[in-house]
Order: sequence, then C-alpha cells, then structure tokens
Amino acid sequence: MTRQDYKGVALVAPVTVPYRRYSTRDAHWWIARALAGLLKDTGLNKDDIEGLGISSFTLAPDTAVGLTQHLGMSLRWLDHVPMGGASGVVCLRRAARAVQSGDAEIVACIAGDTNHVDTFRRTLSTFSRFAQDAVYPYGSGGPNASFAFITDWWMREFGVQREDFGKLCVAQRRNAMDNPYALLRKPLDLDDYLGARMIAEPLRLFDCVMPCAGADAYLVMTAERADALGLESVRLLGAIERHNAFPDDPVQVRGGWEADRDELWEQSGVGPDDMDFFQAYDDYPVITLMQIEELGFCPSGEGAAFVREHEFAYDGDCPLNTCGGQLSMGQAGAAGGFLGLVEAMRQLLRRPLGRQVADATHGAVSGFGMINYDRGLCSAAAVLARP
Amino acid sequence: MPRSRAALGLTAQAAEGRFALQRCEECGQVQYPPVDSCRACLSGELLWTPMSGRGELLTHTKLHHSNDPFYRERLPWRLGLLRLEEGPVVVAHLHQECPPPPAPVRVTAKLDKAGRGVLVALPTGDTRDMSTDPRNGEFSCDPRFRKVLVTDGKSRVGQALVHELAEAGAAVIWVGQAEPWKKYDGQEAVGKLPQVTVVPLDLTDERGVMRIGAEIGARVDILINNAEVHRTEGIATRAGAELARREMEVNYLGLLRLAQAFGPAMRSRAADGGASAAAWVNVLSVYALSNYPPHGTYSASKAAALSLSQCLRAEMQDSGIRVMNVFPGPVDEEWNQPMPPPKLAPERLARDIVLGLRDGVEDLYPGDVAREWVERWRDNPKVLERELALEAQ
Repeated sequence: MTRQDYKGVALVAPVTVPYRRYSTRDAHWWIARALAGLLKDTGLNKDDIEGLGISSFTLAPDTAVGLTQHLGMSLRWLDHVPMGGASGVVCLRRAARAVQSGDAEIVACIAGDTNHVDTFRRTLSTFSRFAQDAVYPYGSGGPNASFAFITDWWMREFGVQREDFGKLCVAQRRNAMDNPYALLRKPLDLDDYLGARMIAEPLRLFDCVMPCAGADAYLVMTAERADALGLESVRLLGAIERHNAFPDDPVQVRGGWEADRDELWEQSGVGPDDMDFFQAYDDYPVITLMQIEELGFCPSGEGAAFVREHEFAYDGDCPLNTCGGQLSMGQAGAAGGFLGLVEAMRQLLRRPLGRQVADATHGAVSGFGMINYDRGLCSAAAVLARP
Repeated sequence: MPRSRAALGLTAQAAEGRFALQRCEECGQVQYPPVDSCRACLSGELLWTPMSGRGELLTHTKLHHSNDPFYRERLPWRLGLLRLEEGPVVVAHLHQECPPPPAPVRVTAKLDKAGRGVLVALPTGDTRDMSTDPRNGEFSCDPRFRKVLVTDGKSRVGQALVHELAEAGAAVIWVGQAEPWKKYDGQEAVGKLPQVTVVPLDLTDERGVMRIGAEIGARVDILINNAEVHRTEGIATRAGAELARREMEVNYLGLLRLAQAFGPAMRSRAADGGASAAAWVNVLSVYALSNYPPHGTYSASKAAALSLSQCLRAEMQDSGIRVMNVFPGPVDEEWNQPMPPPKLAPERLARDIVLGLRDGVEDLYPGDVAREWVERWRDNPKVLERELALEAQ
C-alpha cells in the first residue's frame, strides 16, 4: 500500500533554545522556553496552537498530558513521542497528518530535556526493561558499549577505518566553528580524533556525543496557512518511519531506512543526488555511515569508499550535519532527535546557526533512536524543500 | 537497581549455578532478554531451560569508561556480544583470555557482586575457576588468599572444612571452638595447620560472640557458620522444651548473634580490592525446607535459620557480600547414626562448599539426597510434606 503524500504541509519557525552542559532547570522549563520561542518567532498566540507533539526523556513523572496544564494550553490534538533520536521526523509525520486531516490547524512539535549532574546515569539505568535487565548490569557503559559492538563489527566486516569515521567527525567540527550555539567549538583535526582518550574500544572520545540540556522546536501547518500568516516555511516532500526492522541481523548492520527508502524518494520526487545537504543522526559516526548507505547515497557496503571520495563540510560536495551535529552541539536528550530537522529548516530558510550551504533548496533529514537492547529500534527520514 | 520479575528468573537459576533461559513450551523458541510472552508465537508459557553454554563471539569491546562507580574502579572491563547455539544474541562479561571475534566461547550464568544473575563468556576449555582473570573475584568467592572463620572446628564437618580450606589456599583460618578446654578427635591434625588459629566461640554466649567479632570481625573475608545443635526429637517423643531451646539457641539465635557481631564489619569491607570480604555461608539442612518429623525440632530450628538468613542476604545485598545457604541431606555424623545410607560424608560436604564459593552460588544442595529432596519440594511442597509424614509412621 502506498502512503498518502504530504502535499500542502509546511514547517515553520525552527527554534533552538541554546544548549547548556548542565542545567538546574527541569525539562518543563526547557520545553516552555522552546514554546515561547515559537510564539516569538511567528507572532502567534498560545491560543493559536491547536496541537502539541512532545518528546522528552526527563519529563517524568509527567507526559505531554501534564504539560498542557503546565503551559496553560487547551488543545484538540496531543501526542507524546518517546522515540529519542527518531522523534523529530516522527513528530513531523504525525503533525503533518493532523494538519492534512483537519484535526489541528497549527501543531507545535517540541523536544526538550534537562541534564542534571546525575541525569544521564539515571536515564541509562532505567532506559528500557531490556536495558535494565540485560545491558546496564554489564559494566554500565551505556550507549558507548552498544555502539562499540556495532562499530567493531563494521570495521571488521566492511573494512571501515578509524580514519573514515574521523573524517566525518572532523568535517562536522569544522561546520560548528561559526555556530555560537555549539558547546564544542575547539578545532579538531584527524590526529586529535585518532589520539583521543579511549572510551569503549574502538570508540574514543570524539566518537561520542556529550550529554547536555536543551530544546528544539518547530511548527507544522498548511502551506496555505503559513502564507496567509506571512510566515516563511519549508515543504515536506516525503517522510518514513520504521520500528524494529531487520531483527534477524545478528549485529545491527541496518537501522531500518532500507525498508522504506525507495518509497521515500519516490514520494519526494527527488533522489539522493538532488540533496544539497544531509542532516544525519550522528550519535556515533558508524550510525551516520549506516544512514548514508541505507538512504542510498551510496551502495550498501561501500560507505567507507564513499567517505574517502567526498567532502562533508558545509562547503564540500556532500554537506553533512551543517551546524556541527550533536557531536559538536551536544546531545540534549530527545532534542538531539530534533536538531537535524530544525537545522535543515534553517538551511532552507537561509537562517543558519553557523555556515550556510550555498543555494540549498533540498535537504534530507534522518533520525535514529532507542537502543532498547542491542540496537536502535526507531528509524525515520524526511525530505524537505524550499518552496 | 530495578529488574523485571522475568529477569529475576535468570538470577534464581544462577543462584544455583545453572545457566538457563526461557524456552517457549509451544514453539520452542529460546528467549533473551527475559520476556513475559514468546517473541515468536506470543505464547505465555515459558519454561526456564538449561542451555548448552556454547556460543560464538560476534563482536567485543573493552570499556575504559563507566557510568557506575563500581565499574569505574575496575576499568578496563571487557564485554562481548555473542550468539548462543540456541539462537539468542546476548551481551556478556568477557573473560580476558577469550580470543577476539569471531571465536567460540563458553557461556555461564553467575551472580555479580550486586547479586544479579549475569552472563559470563569464557574461553572454551577448562577455565572453571576463571582464576586467570583478575576480575574473577567479581563473580566468585574463592577462599584462596582469603581469611576464613569456621564457627565450629570441633565437628567432623568443621574439621573437614578446615582441611579443605587450607588445601584451597586460604591465608588464615580461624577455628571456633566452644569449650576449648575439651579435647576431641582430630584436634591435633587441625592444630598442625600453619594457617589455623583457634578462637573460643560459643554462639550461645552473646558477649563472647561480640568480643570475638570486635577482635577479628574486621579481618574475616569469609564466615562459614557450621555450628549447630542436632537432636533427634519430634514433639511427642519428649516432654518440655529444653532440647528444642538448645537447638534454637545455637541454630537460630546463634546465627543472629553472629550476624550482629560480624555483619557490619564484613559489609564495610566488601568493596576492598584483592582479598575483600566476600561471603557468608550458613550450613543449614534440607530439613529447613520441609519438616522431617523424626528430627522435628531440629528441622524447625533450621527453618528459622533459613528465614533469618534470607533477611541477612537482603541486608548484605547492597554491600556485595554473598550469603550462601547450604542444604545438605543427612550428614554422616553422630546424630544421624540411625539413618540408613546414603549419607553425605563430611569431606564431601566441605569440598562442595568450597566449590560453591568458587562458583559464587547462593544456594547449594550438596549430595544426591539433598538434590532429590529439593526436586520433590519444588515439584510440590504439599506432596513432600505428606510423604515425610508417611515416612515418620
């Protein structure tokens, strides 16, 4: 069955609440700041927002429901998307359907998380039942350990070198240099990357994202409505999501995009070669490589060769994670799953945090999340365009 | 740290030294991590089933960073992702001598310091005691290089324990003796061992127990409480409560006194590197599970001790001290003389206790009688009660 298209769906007002390494505020504060940012950016009132999509790891004991009272909102559509790194695209897909069907005219999608000094450990130890039962007791390495397994496998099976991963990380750091919001802006070269402190072999420090506090948000409405309000917007050409794809792969070599990518490109009416940039989910570089292959930027198994042949900074032939990605911005919990999406919007709206990709008209965004046990379960991707 | 009820099933198996996973009774699929319904056919009927222990190491890592203070002190820490012959892919602690992947490994289930059942991958071949890996200590309570207190060194079981511990490389063995002025058979052999120091210890003497606790409690790594009073009485065989009281004084209240005198110091030393405080062993009886009427009051005192040792285990859990309960069937000693064989030789019981410490198990049923008994008890405790009543007639 073919998915209905996303005609007439527009994204408005990319908002990032500047990240901080640690925060004494709760997630509620960060989410409220993001909502305030959306209203300020668009001149809309709180009452104009009819729907709300929320993603957060640190909102407990609340869910999106509690937030309505916190934020003083009366809504006719509400969603809570606990999908971490995939939540940006998944929230977008759901909000798009709400707008298309008339369930809500304007939906605010917000992800926000705080980071107290002990938040990360607590999130890890109770992340999922499988994690608490069958992963956390094993050295409590968190996602570093899980991605070390996957990285080790990729290096042995597909001949990927540390230098290949390093090239991606170094390019992203270069992208972050002019981004005042990036928490990590110290110049990084390949030697720094290769010689960094060991974290979980073969992963070293600059393979890993730094947990922080922050929030990201955007609005979804019809293009008609955006135009009527005089708001600049970008268009959604196509979007997919997939959960627990390929469970029989003994080690995760595919994140899930492969199952739906043909549909994504067909629905979008463009292909990988038409993309002016790619905002990949970059919790670890091996996952970036997985997305490059599965979304069809290169044939599967040829990611390493692709990396060697291309340049990934904002001024290269394959601009990747143009604000520096999470590896330079920090990973603000579930907001990490929104970062690529709002950065794609900014590039297309010509309002970058840092450097602008010249003449960008089309971009791809990808999300990946939830290491439930030995692998990430949620994958999602979207294609956006400047109208 | 929270754990699901299903995952505690793995702990319960590991507590007795078994590596078992849930297997679907309808379609046969083996499940991991533990679940509530079969991943393949959604059946709710899952049975803990022993695994072959054969697996293939797929990928590995060595952690140089941990989010947990316990592991932070023990880095680097090796982990593997492996596929079991029965199908599931599991995360496991990886012995340092396992070759890099791809490689065959042997998988076992152990209790970790926090008492959680965890999977451990070993190289194929004989590495039963894992002693070639310094991190062995996290899963085992090996008496080697450790200082051990045996609370009753006079009994045949106590003497056998002392010899077995010396053989196993214990550094110091304190041997408790109530009424130390009384000579007994075997005294000379025990006294000759260079590791042995005799200490006066009468579990009915509260102040005496506290005094010895204050003296050596901060040095004891493993405490083996084998002191007991054993009389072969039911209810109707005797008038009055005097003998039963003597059993309770030693078997139940004696354990309580010991736990109060030695528990706090041992708890505080559980995380010391190297030869840390590691284990507390209670020699109970399989009669603790269900009353054996010819030894009725003794059974009751051992049942009380079992209940108290569960309390002790819960209180010790956070510290990392393993509380091991030993449930022998009839032991070949004085008070079991009228019992027909098979009876457990004291030497065999001592050997099994030392092996149990090495394997880091929590519940030990040494000998055929104990194993048969516990099997019957598990199958149906009520039926066992009736069987024992008939035996007593």
